[in-house]
Amino acid sequence: MKLTRRELTAAALLTSALPAVPAWAQRGETVRIALIDPQSGLMGPVGINQLRSFQFFAEKFSGAGNPAGVRFEIEGFDNKLSASETLTAMQAAIGRGIRFISQGNSSGIAGAIIEAVNRHNSRNPGQEVVFLNHSAVDPDLTNSRCSFWHFRFDADTSMKMEALTTFIRGEPTIRRVFLINQNYAHGHQVARFAKEMLARKRPDIQIVGEDLHPLAQVRDFAPYVAKIMASGADSVITGNWGSDLTLLIRAANDAGYRGRFFTYYAGVTGTPTALGTASEGRVYQIAYNHYNMGGQMQTWMNEFRQRFNDDFYTGSIIHILNALGVAMQNARSTNAVRVAHAMSGLRFNSFSGPVEMRRADHQLQQPLFLTRWQRVDAQHPYSPENTGMTLALVRRFDAYVASTPTSCAMQRPAAPV
Amino acid sequence: MTATKYYQFRPINVGRWFIWSLFALVLLLAPLVFDSSIAISMMAQMGIAIIACLSFNMLLGQGGMLSFGHAVYAGLGTYVAMHALLLLGDAGLPVPAVALIPLVGGFAGLFFALLFGYVTTKKAGTAFAMITLGVGELIFIASMVFFIFFGGEAGVSADRVIGEPFWGISFGPLIEVYYLIAVYTFLCVALMFAYTRTPLGRIINAVRDNPERVEFIGYDPQTVRYLVFMIAGFFAGIAGGMAAVLFEIVTSEVVGPIRSGSYLLFAFLGGVTFFFGPIIGGILMVLAFVMFSEITKAWMLYLGLIFVFMVMYAPGGIAGLIMMNLRLAMFGRLGELWASYLGLGATALALLVSLGALIEMIYHLQLGTAMGDVVPFLGMSLNTLDLDVWFGAVFVALTSFGLFELCRRSFSQQWAAIQTDIEKEIKRRETA
Amino acid sequence: MEFFIISLLNGISFGLLLFMLSSGLTLIFSMMGVLNFAHASFYMVGAYMGFAVSQIVGFWAALLLVPLLVGLLGALFEKYSLRKVHKYGHVPELMVTFGLSYIILELVQLIWGRIAVEFRPPELLQGSAFTLLSQPDGSLGFAWGRAALEQCQPLGTAICSLFPATRAFIMGVALLMLVSLWLLITRTRVGLVIQAALKHPEMVEALGHNVPRVFMLVFGAGTGLAGLAGVMGGSTFVTEPAMALTLGAIVFVVVVVGGLGSLAGAFLASLLIGVMQTFAVAIDQSLGSMLLAMGVALSAEAQAHELMRFTLSKAAPLLPFLLLVLVLIFRPHGLLGNRDH
Repeated sequence: MKLTRRELTAAALLTSALPAVPAWAQRGETVRIALIDPQSGLMGPVGINQLRSFQFFAEKFSGAGNPAGVRFEIEGFDNKLSASETLTAMQAAIGRGIRFISQGNSSGIAGAIIEAVNRHNSRNPGQEVVFLNHSAVDPDLTNSRCSFWHFRFDADTSMKMEALTTFIRGEPTIRRVFLINQNYAHGHQVARFAKEMLARKRPDIQIVGEDLHPLAQVRDFAPYVAKIMASGADSVITGNWGSDLTLLIRAANDAGYRGRFFTYYAGVTGTPTALGTASEGRVYQIAYNHYNMGGQMQTWMNEFRQRFNDDFYTGSIIHILNALGVAMQNARSTNAVRVAHAMSGLRFNSFSGPVEMRRADHQLQQPLFLTRWQRVDAQHPYSPENTGMTLALVRRFDAYVASTPTSCAMQRPAAPV
Repeated sequence: MTATKYYQFRPINVGRWFIWSLFALVLLLAPLVFDSSIAISMMAQMGIAIIACLSFNMLLGQGGMLSFGHAVYAGLGTYVAMHALLLLGDAGLPVPAVALIPLVGGFAGLFFALLFGYVTTKKAGTAFAMITLGVGELIFIASMVFFIFFGGEAGVSADRVIGEPFWGISFGPLIEVYYLIAVYTFLCVALMFAYTRTPLGRIINAVRDNPERVEFIGYDPQTVRYLVFMIAGFFAGIAGGMAAVLFEIVTSEVVGPIRSGSYLLFAFLGGVTFFFGPIIGGILMVLAFVMFSEITKAWMLYLGLIFVFMVMYAPGGIAGLIMMNLRLAMFGRLGELWASYLGLGATALALLVSLGALIEMIYHLQLGTAMGDVVPFLGMSLNTLDLDVWFGAVFVALTSFGLFELCRRSFSQQWAAIQTDIEKEIKRRETA
Repeated sequence: MEFFIISLLNGISFGLLLFMLSSGLTLIFSMMGVLNFAHASFYMVGAYMGFAVSQIVGFWAALLLVPLLVGLLGALFEKYSLRKVHKYGHVPELMVTFGLSYIILELVQLIWGRIAVEFRPPELLQGSAFTLLSQPDGSLGFAWGRAALEQCQPLGTAICSLFPATRAFIMGVALLMLVSLWLLITRTRVGLVIQAALKHPEMVEALGHNVPRVFMLVFGAGTGLAGLAGVMGGSTFVTEPAMALTLGAIVFVVVVVGGLGSLAGAFLASLLIGVMQTFAVAIDQSLGSMLLAMGVALSAEAQAHELMRFTLSKAAPLLPFLLLVLVLIFRPHGLLGNRDH
């Protein structure tokens, strides 16, 4: 793509001008994104992995890598998984002139950010910020708490459960299901949607037990596993992540439980190592990406692995950078308000094919994948955390299959002229 | 033979008026000097931290009660204040009502201190500490289990702008909240200082020093402790209420053991034996959490080491160190130590810089290898793969440690000699 | 029925692990009057060191070596740090151990990272100690090790519940340790000196024993016990930086509930808490369901209220602390504690 003389002069004007950005020339501009996630403590490893992923792909997508020709710069902030630290970090970021904020570890904090962004944008016109949510999956964030300034690039809990229960519908061997989840918003939602959707699609399935345990507190899951075994469940559905998932599965293997586990986060940092060979064939994951997608994604994953000795799994980051690039090109600007309007309802291409940022609630509509834990083979060569095992694709669900309705009544600010 | 070198004014205590006016002036004018929004936010947080640490010190420094669960009262104050704010917003009361929210927090803190204090203050010393730990954990876990009051993982949030601006004030902009907090900070510090001058404030000191003797003069140590516990809970609740207005969201970490631990750590660092010590501690706490964690990943390690060395060698904290040197200055002997201080300071600095370089490099190797091999440290770039850098740092560390020990020994001798002289002088003045 | 047995054994094994930790703490407290806030941190150090050492010399050697190493660290800490603050009183002692817990946490994270490490038990312990087979006709079968797969579902008819060997091992070692500790204190000369120094340290010193050295040994022994518990707990459960914080609070509850300074009390309290927590998880009864069972009529709205639907299983993590508060109200010196503590 060649630069016309008009665009060259505009770029020259831009670089010589001070803060005010002309409404249409954005090529060569630097867009800074603040990533506010834990980089220490319990979720530290996940947060650090995501920061690296963001920086890795910011490099790939900068300049010629995106249609708007902008340069992406990522600044990481450690919120220590605390809401008040997050707000302080937000203020620091805004103070430094950053207008795009990303976060995803903990829907509770995401909710706090949405409220803070709403308040800030209404109290400070001209300094609006946009919130790009990469992994917080509580459906409320695009339903009862939806906001024009919030965009979610992960698939929310209802979408994942919709796809999962579609698979379960076709499995006659599944008759007795146990639900075990973490006792907070995410866990509650997983349990709620599991019951609702199973009742709708397979009313013959019995929910033989339901448990909510405190988040990241339980070290000994043996009592819970004993309960699962006593109930006679042949499958377990859980939204657990991190040590909660690791310890649960390990305790289940120790106690000799032979049933299946349907999870959301089996592939995230720490869990693959714990799954090992003992869980072969019995652990499933529903997600919007997986380890063996082939093509460009595979190349990127291998490169990421080589550089950081870590696995890349937060595909929503690619969605975000793609969306920003296309939106900025359409809006011919990097101004947050214009970009937000351009992203609302945007259709663009990403690693899993064509996706759409639904206008009604700003939930990305995308295909989902069900994978199963098994040994690596020729078709599925990528092994997370060098375990010799991988998550292999069992079924792909098109975006329209996974799509769920929304009750969002979004208040939209007036589009800028 | 020296003439008395101190001043005394009657009937107005000019010194006291001067210091308090200075304090008020600093509170008033600080936002004009540091005017970025992050600075004002930090100063507002400092006000909250100062009240919280001062209320903690009412227990530890003044009462000898080491509490591992003080965050409970500040945190519960925040929760109640947040619910009150939500109710205010629904009820459509005028904006000035928001200024009363910290008081709501205070009364909540008082109520919970009343409730838990009975069980907690039954014992003193180590048992007291364990009980506060247990109660703190109880509330912390309860906050993650009971959702209606505590809001679960998302916490409870409210909007502090509850209506139309009243005389131009809506408490939306940060600067207005800062001044609200500044007013409360000034009032609370003044009240807590006044409290130390009351009979209750004095008798709790006696309970700290010799509870058995207090019984003999007719007071029940347990009742005294209970009363002081409630007052400390009240002020902790006010700090919590202010936090509710500032952050507009509260999550379970405000009642957690880590928060309680920070109050202890920083109040002690500031100095528990003097009234103004926790003020220093509160300021340090906000600086540490907001700024130091950005500067270095090893900040927790530094904090722990500083704390342990303070407990071992300077149990009076920073305030204690200041006051000791002030005493020297009052007797005109501070000037003699300048050479020793210089030596101590220079060697300590070299030691700290070299140790810091080592720690930073190790942290970088552990955490940040993907970001390249170079660690930025105090303007220098240290290459973690370069053995010369490692040898250099270790060498500097060892030599400066040796020199520091030498300086310290001569300093100790000098210090001890001066202290003996001062004791003699004091004795002489008493008899003169 | 097998659920009850397995759960009981799970509870007892967890309780015995707690006891290993709290016995060291109680020992140190009875001896020196200082409650070692960093005790759970030594547990964590034991687990991480066990992980590191077992990779060099194997698990069994690590089991013997690591408690000695951790005990040595504890003794060094006592000599160079704790002793200096002894003259300031109990509160500064507590604070110095509090600061130590921060430092240990940071050092552990510095050396081994912030993510959990894979500390697996040795081959011998990786299987199951025994299997309970619950046949469809209601009878209960028993088999050493892992029962033959043909007998268990889905191939066979019985529901097989395995009891992991690691837990059985914990129970064995804890009981062994309890017995040897008791023998040491009551039957050996060193034990007599320790018992005497417990009550009258100045007199014992006047009689010519090196009481500070005895203190150092006891502190080292206490932390060594914590290290041993760490090696076993770390390989059975998980070895991660947060392990000190989560277990630390419960250990203090055990010590206070059992009675500060009472070893027997700590034993009783740890078993009580271990079993209580394990069984609480299993009970799905809530206040609402209990009222309904008693015949109290509740409206649909009341039934859906959070307090009514709050089940005991959700309250399981709260129970130790609730027990603490109750014991403090009704029996302030603990279950078996002495009044003068």
